[in-house]
Amino acid sequence: MTTLPMIETDIHPAVDNPELPDFVAEHELPSREGDRVVQFREALREAMSEEMRRDKRVFLLGEEVAEYNGAYKVSQGMLDEFGPERIIDTPISENGFAGMSISAAMMGLRPIVEFMSWSFSFVAADPILNNAPKMLYMSGGQFGCPIVFRGNDGAGGQLASTHSWCVEALYANVPGLKMAIPSNPYDAKGLLKTAILDPDPVFFLESERMLGDKAHVPEEEYYIPFGRARVAREGDAITLVSFGRPVNFCLEAAEKLAEEGIDVEVLDMRTIRPLDIDSIIASVKKTNQILVVDQSWPFASIASEVVTQICERCFDWLDAPPQRLNTEDVPTPYAKGLEYNYLPNPDRIYDAVKSMVNA
Amino acid sequence: MTQATVQSEQSMTTAKADSQTAGLAPTAKNARDLPKEVLLKWLRDMQLIREFENRTMQAYQQAKIGGFCHIYTGQEAVAVGTIGCVNSDDPVITAYRDHGHALARGMTPEACMAEMFGKITGCAKGKGGSMHMFDRPNWLFGGHGIVSAQTPMGAGFAFATKYEHEVLGKTLEGGEAKKKVTLCYMGDGALDQGAFHEAQNIASLWGLPVIYILENNSYSMGTAIDRHTANHENLIDRAKGYGMIGVKIDGLDIMNIYNEFKPIVDQCREESRPAFIDLKTYRYQGHSMSDPQKYRTKDEVDQYKDRDSIAKLVSDLMEMGYLSEDDWKSTQKALRDEVRAAIDAAESAPVPEDDELFTDVYANPEKNLSPTATYSHGTKNPLM
Repeated sequence: MTTLPMIETDIHPAVDNPELPDFVAEHELPSREGDRVVQFREALREAMSEEMRRDKRVFLLGEEVAEYNGAYKVSQGMLDEFGPERIIDTPISENGFAGMSISAAMMGLRPIVEFMSWSFSFVAADPILNNAPKMLYMSGGQFGCPIVFRGNDGAGGQLASTHSWCVEALYANVPGLKMAIPSNPYDAKGLLKTAILDPDPVFFLESERMLGDKAHVPEEEYYIPFGRARVAREGDAITLVSFGRPVNFCLEAAEKLAEEGIDVEVLDMRTIRPLDIDSIIASVKKTNQILVVDQSWPFASIASEVVTQICERCFDWLDAPPQRLNTEDVPTPYAKGLEYNYLPNPDRIYDAVKSMVNA
Repeated sequence: MTQATVQSEQSMTTAKADSQTAGLAPTAKNARDLPKEVLLKWLRDMQLIREFENRTMQAYQQAKIGGFCHIYTGQEAVAVGTIGCVNSDDPVITAYRDHGHALARGMTPEACMAEMFGKITGCAKGKGGSMHMFDRPNWLFGGHGIVSAQTPMGAGFAFATKYEHEVLGKTLEGGEAKKKVTLCYMGDGALDQGAFHEAQNIASLWGLPVIYILENNSYSMGTAIDRHTANHENLIDRAKGYGMIGVKIDGLDIMNIYNEFKPIVDQCREESRPAFIDLKTYRYQGHSMSDPQKYRTKDEVDQYKDRDSIAKLVSDLMEMGYLSEDDWKSTQKALRDEVRAAIDAAESAPVPEDDELFTDVYANPEKNLSPTATYSHGTKNPLM
């Protein structure tokens, strides 16, 4: 197992380390067949534990993260290893503990704040939007905010409207923050490790529906740089751009389309801020068609943003109007069938691609 | 010695040139037993704030300062007295009526005024303005514009200092870990926000050494305290409900503030626990510069002006033989000159270059963070 250098606590208060250590890029490893298979939740746990072993400034707090072992078992066993000073159960008090963690980060600690669901982050909207992303700017560069907010985003399983929020479009609107949204366990680990090292506030969006997903994850430590999309599937018929859970819907639809001779290219953005628009443009120049699949509502969504940037930057390469496929523009329903139809599911993706390539 | 202390001592050589140079709060059973220079320094700092704020109002009326601007006159004894009870590396955070805390903490009048003038020499390089005074060398963490947003943050600094002590075993800068106390100021309007209740609960639950200093000037903007908060005569009962220390202090007499507040600071530091202080004070000006003050009478304002905290300290110091009429006149003149120089410096300082718009947004400004902006690192403010 590769050993990375220990981080000395006396070398970087909040803003004195504007660059990530060099080993971030060097240690990006491809996921290989033959590596052990772990769940998404275990990958997240490994990312946090590895960084906590390296750097005592890193700690985890949130509801039920310690004695309950995590509401979704992401932090299982971490209390035993790191103790109650660093794995901290909070009251159900998001405004309080999010605001508190931001100032701890201003002083130079590295908090990981778990929201059981991003749906619960709205009661902490003021600290996470008004303080974390603006602190560096508002203080004229004096105080940074190296913090990670993470938790479940998007429809769970029939949780209905209040518990199924996709916050990506709402929050990515704010300059000063970064946003990562992994689609698989390998990316989850590599992106979260990078998020913890990054000196800026990172909003890290997971999905309750993916926590049990399994994939090959190497034992060696690795980091995935922000702002680099992954080509999840190569093809030349059309470019599908997605991020988070719907990447998997795209791949499922792609299988079915391939049987009909339609080879779609699927790009997994991995991070929304930064957004690897260069990779999207490269793909569009190959396929000349683009469909953005986004699990948030269509109005002013990430899909809208991607389509806008494509129109601005490679309009002449398009053979057809760029399209987006979002969740339907209604509150999230409870009933199973309605919820399925509401999501950008594989059937809707299949239909959308068919109508585009047949047009 | 840490970088922060070196910086803070350097800035104090210009702004806080005497008793607090060592960074430790002066200690005495009674304020009257403190060294003469400490008491004279209090008077000087209070009058500096008074003079600074009067000139701020003028500059605002001349449209040299924009945005919202909240004047601290009347409340000077609170910032100077309470900050006088803590060490120079104890964290301090406040709300938007923040010029007084910045000056009391040791920010130079020039950096404070230039910030309001929107100049590059301002403490936040003209990016924060009146409501957002930040001073890293002097451990001032803002200046926060949203009512009560600073109260969970106050708990967070206390958490961090406790974490330094208990987990890291040293400060984040690599110095020897020590027990610190955080001061978190708030107006009475902030009492009514949920954030404050969450902050008190967490601070008490986790034994965080933070002191919430309620600068109770009886008005939440224009809404009198008996119209905005329940059971307003017994606010410290709330703190006791959370298991916190709760004390009511007359905030118009700085010696009284020291006598009652200093033991609380010592206790919170030693026992690692939070406190809530209901400090009764009064603001002479409106809520902000655009407040016609229809909600209170001139008589009421005059009654408080009769109990002016600076006049009280002047008379005490004269009675103690520490200050003569001539001393006082020359102090006032020196401070007038100092503030005038700050105004001149702010006026003649350059505005931020256009490309400052895109700096200090990210500490790690990677590619493709924005569809329209290219970010870069900001330059360090030479005054900070």
